[in-house]
Amino acid sequence: MPFGKHLKKFIFFAALPLSVFAVVLVYPFIQGLILTFTNFDGFETTKFVGWDNYVKSFQDPNFWATLQFTGGFVVVSLVAINVVAFGLALIVTSKLRSSNILRTFFFVPNLIGGVVLGVIWQFIFNSALTSLATKFGWANLTESWLNETGSAFWALIIVTVWQSSGYMMIIYITGIISIEQDVLEAARIDGASALRTLVSVKIPLMAQAFTISLFLTLRGGFMAYDVNVALTGGGPFRTTELISMHIFEDAFRFGNFGTGQAKAVIMFLLVAIAALVQVSVSKRMEVQR
Amino acid sequence: MSQKPKKRINVANGIIFAVGAVLALAYVMPFFLVFVNSFKPKPEILANPLAMPIVFTWDNFNQALQKMNYFQSLTNSIIITTFSVVALIIVSSMLAYYLARSNSKFTKGIFMILVASMIVPFQALMIPFMSIFAPLVSLDNRTALIFFYVGFGVSLSTFLYHGFISNIPKELDEAAAIDGASDFTIFWRIIFPMLRPVTATVAIINALWIWNDFLLPRLVLTPDTQTLPLSTYLFYGQYSAEYGQAMAGLLLAVLPIITFYLILQRQFISGISSGAVK
Repeated sequence: MPFGKHLKKFIFFAALPLSVFAVVLVYPFIQGLILTFTNFDGFETTKFVGWDNYVKSFQDPNFWATLQFTGGFVVVSLVAINVVAFGLALIVTSKLRSSNILRTFFFVPNLIGGVVLGVIWQFIFNSALTSLATKFGWANLTESWLNETGSAFWALIIVTVWQSSGYMMIIYITGIISIEQDVLEAARIDGASALRTLVSVKIPLMAQAFTISLFLTLRGGFMAYDVNVALTGGGPFRTTELISMHIFEDAFRFGNFGTGQAKAVIMFLLVAIAALVQVSVSKRMEVQR
Repeated sequence: MSQKPKKRINVANGIIFAVGAVLALAYVMPFFLVFVNSFKPKPEILANPLAMPIVFTWDNFNQALQKMNYFQSLTNSIIITTFSVVALIIVSSMLAYYLARSNSKFTKGIFMILVASMIVPFQALMIPFMSIFAPLVSLDNRTALIFFYVGFGVSLSTFLYHGFISNIPKELDEAAAIDGASDFTIFWRIIFPMLRPVTATVAIINALWIWNDFLLPRLVLTPDTQTLPLSTYLFYGQYSAEYGQAMAGLLLAVLPIITFYLILQRQFISGISSGAVK
């Protein structure tokens, strides 16, 4: 094809979306990398400061606490969401007559944004549970879970699992359905128990569903913001801030744009490394089956 | 002989059903709480949040509708979501068609960049973003937001379309080109209608994301253009002590999307499952 015709095609089909993509995503990304080496104050930069912002970020004890809290949250939510979602998928695909209704119910929380879910559960933890506990005398529930860091962590996990498991369930259902009936039939004839079939036949044959779901929950865990803001608001005393919220607060509430952006770049690197490791490990398991 | 295993299957099914039913109840319980309490006056909620309303009142809804500017926020949400999704469908399907059909190093490189960009969290852009786009935002924040959504959504949408278009035989385009059809006609008359299943997936995935998005609207929108999640959050923050009103507000906030889901349930589930497997 002559170059002129190529160019015409490019302009017609690709120029608009690619320029929007470049302006909205690529440019701010590069700009963001540069900013971390300057004394950016939200409006302008006057000089380069080298690695100062990164050094300051790592000297911030709050940031270390956030990293630790986020790490715990990512690991626990990843395991919990996937165990629950896989369980739900098994229930829904087990030839029950009511499986469609069950699937509908399990998926509903996923339709609603984290902020609205977060405030619904804030009401549950702060008001509904405490008033029920007082009424029925459940001693360990009269105090709201959100008042203490340890229990607030579990509150975050519960809401996140409740929110995301329906979506991951759909991915697992797709995986389970894609397994050919002949294989399952063969396993049954060979006398494999239900558990044995699950572990040795079903799970290896749907490894791809695990790769996808683990990737999405990993990424979701690092990027969680809405539920965090709406449920705990970072409290008590900024002890339940996940990394997203920490960056937002650092920059937009305390005006530390330099360290805020440096922490954002650190977050990006963490997500990228974790995702690359997870996907390559999962892919290897897919091949090995 | 054949009786026994069958019986065992029935018992197993019974157990699975029981577990499933209990879990399903647990999953909808929070919505039930919101629903029931939205019709009660405050003292009744405090007395027993699980009980059915004794004094049935619509007053909470009147208050919430007004205080959270419900209809205005709903309209904003609908406008922003619709325009963003339609724009995303148009530009991503065209971009994907171009990338899938012209197989050069250049287009492969672009595709790789698009895929890689999906891992960049918005938080990594957020701070420079606000200083770069402040002038655009102050000009017209709703249009600016739609523009941002196209930029952020184009990679995933193009990726989904790309996978599908690669499976449509090239001969189809060539035959049409020989008949004298222009690129425009080939794409919009022949290819695009064949993309309907992916278009449904792209529409649903993007609509759910944009409808529920919070962080970007929070940074960009002003009180008169705020979307439903934003106004719900602000309303709850202000009136959380007025339990009844807060619950009515939350119910109003979830009502549109749940209604939409119940009507289009099959499309939602199949759209998400085919989008996720790609």
